[in-house]
Amino acid sequence: MNNLPPVVTSGQIALIVVLTVVAAALAVFVALLFVGLVRKRRFAEASEIEYLTMSSDRKFLYRLKRGLYRLPDATFALFSVHIPNLAKKFRKAVCGIARTIKDAAVHGDWKTRCSFAIMGFSYLARKRIARGLLFLALEVFYILYMAIFGGFQLMKFFTMTEGNVHGIQEVEVNGVWTYVQGDNTQLILIYGTLTLIFTVAFLYGWYKNIKAAYMAQELEEAHRHIPNAKEDIYNLVDAQYHKTLLAVPLIGLMVFTIFPIIFMIFLAFTNYDSQHLPTTEPLFTWIGGKNFADIFTNGIGASSTQFGRVFGQLLLWTVIWAIFATFSNYILGMLVAIIINKKGIRLKKLWRTVLVMTIAVPQFVSLLLMSQMFSDYGFINSLFGTRIYFLTAHTVLPKVMVILINIWVGIPHTMLMVSGILMNIPADLYESAKIDGAGPVKQYMKITLPYILHVTTPSLITSFIGNLNNFGVIYLLTKGGPAMSAPYSGSAGETDLLITWLYKLVFQDNSYAMASVVSIFMFLLTSAVSLVAYNRSKAVKNEEDFM
Amino acid sequence: MKKHLRSKKAVERGTNAVIYVILVIISVIWIFPFVYLLFQSLSGDNTGTMDYFIPQKWTFDNYIHLFRGEGVEFDGDVVSTANIQFLSWYGRTFLIAVIVTVIQTLIVLVTSYALSRLRFKMRKPLMNLMLILGMFPGFMSMTALYFLLQLVGLTEDFGMFGLILVYTGSSCMGYYICKGFFDTIPKSLDEAARIDGANRQQVFFKVILPLSKPIIIYTILNAFMGPWGDYMFASLLVTQPANQTVAVGMLKMLDVGHTGTYADAFPRFCAAGVCVSIPITILFFILQRYYVEGITGGSVKG
Repeated sequence: MNNLPPVVTSGQIALIVVLTVVAAALAVFVALLFVGLVRKRRFAEASEIEYLTMSSDRKFLYRLKRGLYRLPDATFALFSVHIPNLAKKFRKAVCGIARTIKDAAVHGDWKTRCSFAIMGFSYLARKRIARGLLFLALEVFYILYMAIFGGFQLMKFFTMTEGNVHGIQEVEVNGVWTYVQGDNTQLILIYGTLTLIFTVAFLYGWYKNIKAAYMAQELEEAHRHIPNAKEDIYNLVDAQYHKTLLAVPLIGLMVFTIFPIIFMIFLAFTNYDSQHLPTTEPLFTWIGGKNFADIFTNGIGASSTQFGRVFGQLLLWTVIWAIFATFSNYILGMLVAIIINKKGIRLKKLWRTVLVMTIAVPQFVSLLLMSQMFSDYGFINSLFGTRIYFLTAHTVLPKVMVILINIWVGIPHTMLMVSGILMNIPADLYESAKIDGAGPVKQYMKITLPYILHVTTPSLITSFIGNLNNFGVIYLLTKGGPAMSAPYSGSAGETDLLITWLYKLVFQDNSYAMASVVSIFMFLLTSAVSLVAYNRSKAVKNEEDFM
Repeated sequence: MKKHLRSKKAVERGTNAVIYVILVIISVIWIFPFVYLLFQSLSGDNTGTMDYFIPQKWTFDNYIHLFRGEGVEFDGDVVSTANIQFLSWYGRTFLIAVIVTVIQTLIVLVTSYALSRLRFKMRKPLMNLMLILGMFPGFMSMTALYFLLQLVGLTEDFGMFGLILVYTGSSCMGYYICKGFFDTIPKSLDEAARIDGANRQQVFFKVILPLSKPIIIYTILNAFMGPWGDYMFASLLVTQPANQTVAVGMLKMLDVGHTGTYADAFPRFCAAGVCVSIPITILFFILQRYYVEGITGGSVKG
């Protein structure tokens, strides 16, 4: 890092621009907050009729003004109402759990109290053997697991380096030297995470056991029937049917989504990279929040220098890409759908079928084909006898090409969707508009467009988020290339999105830890975008519901 | 008055002509790559620069080589293409796709029914949880899953099962569109069945499912197409050519040097592309109606 020339790179400029924009937005926000606090003037709300009679630009201004006026209140509401509300809900839930346990301990009979130590005892004692045995089996399994395996793993998990010898070592056993497999921090991390999850699951099961034990006791005291095994099973297809249905999906969710996320969050606090591997000295270990600081500075060891610069640059490009990719597809797809569905155009089905081909042919085939056609010595260059580096030039060209090809991929999807909607617009709307003397342009502006916009907003949001994480298009077209120019030495390329960069960080640079940090930042980005968009679209809907 | 009408008609005809021109241009742009794919797969030019859109020499050799996976002649030498085991990739991907389709469709239907029709305490929190989980980059879970599956031994030789697990594992998060469809089925039907003595399971199987043909087909189609196009997971879990899926194998075919020369590789890649596209395209066009219904019915009602 010391030998880098002290020049301001485009990445740094990008980072500065982003930070400046954020800072400016914050400043405006604080200023507005301040103004709102000092001048407690109320906003003159327009009545509904007044609002409806405004012209569209006045409406926009009015909404903007009202939004600005409401901003301070909304902000304070966030801190004074919404967050305390959440906290209250959380406290209530915790208190509820605590109260159940306390009740069972204080008012429980000996059968219920025994359930604290021997899970399912209450049921066994009340002759509901099946349920009791299930709870007991859970406890036995957990204790055995912890005793034989889990406890040890958990201990190692917190210390990470203690326990066995590091790496593969020779050890003398009974006078014979043998090789012993050393610690594997990656396994420690996995087993530790799994053990933690098991423990949480066990605690939940224990709580359920106490709740159920106490409920059985209450039923008995009230001389009511405690459901037996047969009734329990029938309940599973009726009153408790959701448990049957969701059991498998939720186990899948647990193993294949929640476990990996927890694991990666842990990973972000370690120094797992090409210099610190799981089985060879030095092993990777906990390093606290250092990685999060590194992402904003340029210094990180390992292979990727200038981490902050690259992160800033790719973040900017990811956002630009998502905006262009989403809206170009949306607008152009809508236009294509509208001209295909225009009255008087023949062979509608043919045009549609032609476009739908792109959806039907697997995307990786068409994208790889495109990448070959536009390659340096590819068909397009041969055809015109040119040598344009469509996908490898160090200019803006590869980025433009990627967006253009994405349009080719994306238009048919929008077209299909919008065609479906166009057919669903009630015909009487157009008829009454015609009677009122509206021409085709006016009909389009006042009926077609608002209708489509209204109905497709949710899918616009999802496609925006999908584009933030669009691995396929970028990786198959350019593999993220061209490589970034010196002095950067890592694997990131100029058209890399954060997601493709992650892929390279893991498989080319082996910077697992930094990859998880980037993942967490990506999560923050996507969730922020979707939360804002989601809330806004809801607000729009409530304000001017179409029809 | 008459003149005005006629001019209006002329304008109309003019715009239509413009639209037809645009549509033809669009069609050419959209169809062109596929025709190119087909032609290249039948090309015996062996030039490597692919200058000709229409091949100078037509041949089926590319397909034959692809299926036999045998050596091809290049500069007088026989270059081994043992690394191309297209039939095995194809069969494996097809099998994965079929199994994934069955499991994923079941999981999606079941989750959607539970979230749409049943009312339980954890319903809302669960839906919020899935919304939030969906915002984590799918990639983030990938490394962790790789470690986990490696531990259990479901990579490489058994990578197929690992892939099936990965593809179906979190498929319940795709409940959104299907639930949207179920929401549109009138609740009174359920109630009527309940009054007649049906339990919730019977309502699901005998009332809701028979009414959900479009969305079931939509789900099946999506689930089936997924594994064909996945590169990320497939390249991660399986690295040996013998166990690969079509997507990974085809991308590797294009690496110059992997299979001899580029001049051989590209036409064969095209042939492989045609082989992969044909069944899916046929399936897609047969079921297209349902696909459109699925998109418009489930996804866009907000």
